[in-house]
Amino acid sequence: MEIIGSQRKPVHIDVVPTLPLYRSAPPLEVRLEDFELYAMDRLRVLKGIADGLSRGKKSEEMKNLADHLWKANMRHLDASEVVNKDIISHFVLRLVYSRTEDLRKWFLSMETNLFRYRLLFERPEAQRALMAEFDLPYRAASNAELESVKEGLKQVAQSFGQPLAADVIFYKVPFEEVPELVAGRRVFIHKGYAYVAMNQVVSLVATQFRSHLSKALILTNRKWTSTIREQEKDRLTPIVEALCSSYLGPDYSQPREFAEISIKDIDQIAKSSFPLCMRHLFEKLREDHHLKHGGRMQLGLFLKGVGLKLEDALAFWKAEFSQRVGSERFDKEYAYSIRHNYGREGKRTDYTPYSCQKIITSAPGVGDHHGCPYRHFSEENLRAALGKMGLSNRAVEDVMDKVRNRHYQLACTLTFEAVHGTSCDAGINHPNQYFSDSQKVLQSKNQSTV
Amino acid sequence: MTKEEIENGTADMEIDQREPLNGERSELNAVPDDFNANYLKVYYGKLFPHADIFKWMSYGNDGKHPGCDESYFGRREFSFTLDNDIYLRFQSFNSASKLENSIKEKCPFKVDIGPVYSVDPAKRHAYAQSGNNVFTPVEKELVFDIDMTDYDDVRYCCSGADVCLKCWTLMTIAIKVIDPALRDDFGFNHILWVYSGRRGVHCWVCDAKARRLTNEQRSSIAEYFRVYKGNENSQKKVSLISSALHPFLLRSYKVLEEFFEGNLLSNQSLFSTEERYEKILEMIPDESITSELRGKWQDNKKSSISKENINVDRWKHVKKILKSGKQKPQGLGKCVEEIVFSFSYPRLDMEVSKHMNHLLKAPFCIHPKTGRVCVPIDPNRCEEFDPTAVPTLSKLLEEINMGGLGTDDDEWDRTSLGKSIRFFRSSFLQPLLKSCKEEIENSYNAKLQHSKTSLTW
Repeated sequence: MEIIGSQRKPVHIDVVPTLPLYRSAPPLEVRLEDFELYAMDRLRVLKGIADGLSRGKKSEEMKNLADHLWKANMRHLDASEVVNKDIISHFVLRLVYSRTEDLRKWFLSMETNLFRYRLLFERPEAQRALMAEFDLPYRAASNAELESVKEGLKQVAQSFGQPLAADVIFYKVPFEEVPELVAGRRVFIHKGYAYVAMNQVVSLVATQFRSHLSKALILTNRKWTSTIREQEKDRLTPIVEALCSSYLGPDYSQPREFAEISIKDIDQIAKSSFPLCMRHLFEKLREDHHLKHGGRMQLGLFLKGVGLKLEDALAFWKAEFSQRVGSERFDKEYAYSIRHNYGREGKRTDYTPYSCQKIITSAPGVGDHHGCPYRHFSEENLRAALGKMGLSNRAVEDVMDKVRNRHYQLACTLTFEAVHGTSCDAGINHPNQYFSDSQKVLQSKNQSTV
Repeated sequence: MTKEEIENGTADMEIDQREPLNGERSELNAVPDDFNANYLKVYYGKLFPHADIFKWMSYGNDGKHPGCDESYFGRREFSFTLDNDIYLRFQSFNSASKLENSIKEKCPFKVDIGPVYSVDPAKRHAYAQSGNNVFTPVEKELVFDIDMTDYDDVRYCCSGADVCLKCWTLMTIAIKVIDPALRDDFGFNHILWVYSGRRGVHCWVCDAKARRLTNEQRSSIAEYFRVYKGNENSQKKVSLISSALHPFLLRSYKVLEEFFEGNLLSNQSLFSTEERYEKILEMIPDESITSELRGKWQDNKKSSISKENINVDRWKHVKKILKSGKQKPQGLGKCVEEIVFSFSYPRLDMEVSKHMNHLLKAPFCIHPKTGRVCVPIDPNRCEEFDPTAVPTLSKLLEEINMGGLGTDDDEWDRTSLGKSIRFFRSSFLQPLLKSCKEEIENSYNAKLQHSKTSLTW
């Protein structure tokens, strides 16, 4: 790829399949401005996908979300430029995200997800063309072949509870190429060939994509550190480095009293000091402008424990809920229970914020976001959420290990330690403890750097 | 006594005064049942099919065709277990005679076959120095090992090292389930089943495609065959999804059911005592059903049903009640099948199959504890196989003695081993070599063609 000044030359591109595979930087010329802009547009798509995953969206939702994000951000006035934008933005982000292991991990994960969702939207012919690109020369089984193995295919589909759809496409693949499907008896095998259904093939292709990209990122990193960074130090390097840190958000650097918080600081504090359970609720509230009862209790009491005064709490919840239900309805239906939580209504019991034990044993249902993420999130969503909190690969694996062994509080403790870079010997057993410990750490850090 | 036997001192055994075991054996020929180095020496000298093993392991690379890889045989690892447990690994030989002489000289109690490596195993240290890790397995047959001791919890006739015709049925079942799957599902053709010498069977899949499988691919095949998961600590060890079975399991079930109902039920007396039927009742996750059955059977003790029918009858009760649909809660859907699978489905040693560098005992070895030869088994007639009738070392030596003076070659043909070696050659070795030669020729011609076309511009 050649980065040029402000002139633009028309470019001849070879025919590519609809989904580019980013095998190698194509001989395109890019304007400097586009270099940054294209990358930022793509970043919005990837970030949107990351958010969707951490919020626990299911496959079908994610597919549509990815499609929506792509259409919203990756368009171009000039139709012929759409593919260029796709390719260029990918390669620019490769530079940005190849530089540390955490960045590579995040980029690899989001790009593979994006690829997978886009692949699912492609026409079968395009999907087949892509398979060929990956040296997955799977031949679609002919009708005659399918007829002869029809009974077996039906039985296999039934064996994992999915009746065979009428016109599903099957690919005839040497069994050696699909070991996971063979091991799980998820395919019909005959005379050395496995009959792989379309949706199974998509997974295989995505896996190949991921493995190619993973190797490419390492190479890119080497090239970056050895030559490009120095060569481009006056031109591209500052852009590349800025792209990365602008994504991570501003530093939290103001010393605060941890006894009280005010709503104007609450977003920053949520990011830096809330445990994952509260962070999730908080973000959901910001996004949906609503939380169901369980979530209101868990988050509301937590905020009380954190030092949010009643007046501030009312203002905070009202600001959110009125966007959804209107301020009148808020006053009528929700304000009461907030005052109730603070002991100003009814029995006048001053309710205590929930402990980890209570939260872990709760049972969030459809539409709920309370509970303990380490217990209640799927592995995929939890990994995404932890990644978003800034945990390294190694730390995520350690946390997941605790989760698998059902030590949810230990998992949260490890997260705390990873986020704050200190050890937490006491272990986390209350969300408010997480918060106050976090504030202590941050405060002492800030004092020492002043 | 042959001249040779007098000269190498093996004549001693014939002077023994032991009681002949049957009237027909004359004292002159009788050989006491035993396993020792002297006997083995005769075996390796006259009976062990060295040339056939060499031909097999060469896979057509005998140097007769320009496309042959002359280094191939020399890169195969053999290992010898000698007397007093000395174990020699990474033995390699670059010719048939070197292999034969080494076996005759060292007289190993066991010969194992390992993988073909990237370089001659004897030279592996030289290559390790370079740090590129170029000493690595490149080919190995796909193998399976099924051992009777893995079935101890479902056989009552024997336990541990013992084996009889009754429990041997389990091995027959294993062959009848795995062999068709290897051929029909995976498309393999060159498959050798071998008696392990005591209480199990080995399977060698020798197609080129099989030899080149990676560990991951081998693992996937082993997993495809795995149904039994668990150990003494888990309650239910066979867990089939309630909805429907994979076609492989469906096909296998037909075989399992046939043998379970037609053979195992009675031969193992699966329901004849309380302890035994409780074991089966444990597999039914419905209290009301198990108490109903228990009640019925406790009453039956007093009735006059003959012992043979009691197992068949009680199994009928179980099937009827489980399939009746009276109460159809979750978990009962495939209960009958789970019971049948538990008692009869093959139990493979997963580790043996998964790794390319696993060493497995060579066919035609003698098992030190039983003296029996590890003979091939015909999968098409495996119901007829009788482990208790397999030739032993002493029997073979007797037969040699009875044969008197003869030519050195083909002495095996006049013994009970003859049948096995002939079977090995005709049904396994010859088709395999034919296919290998074709492959060597084809790939050689393809290379020629390619170099021709690439030179033309």
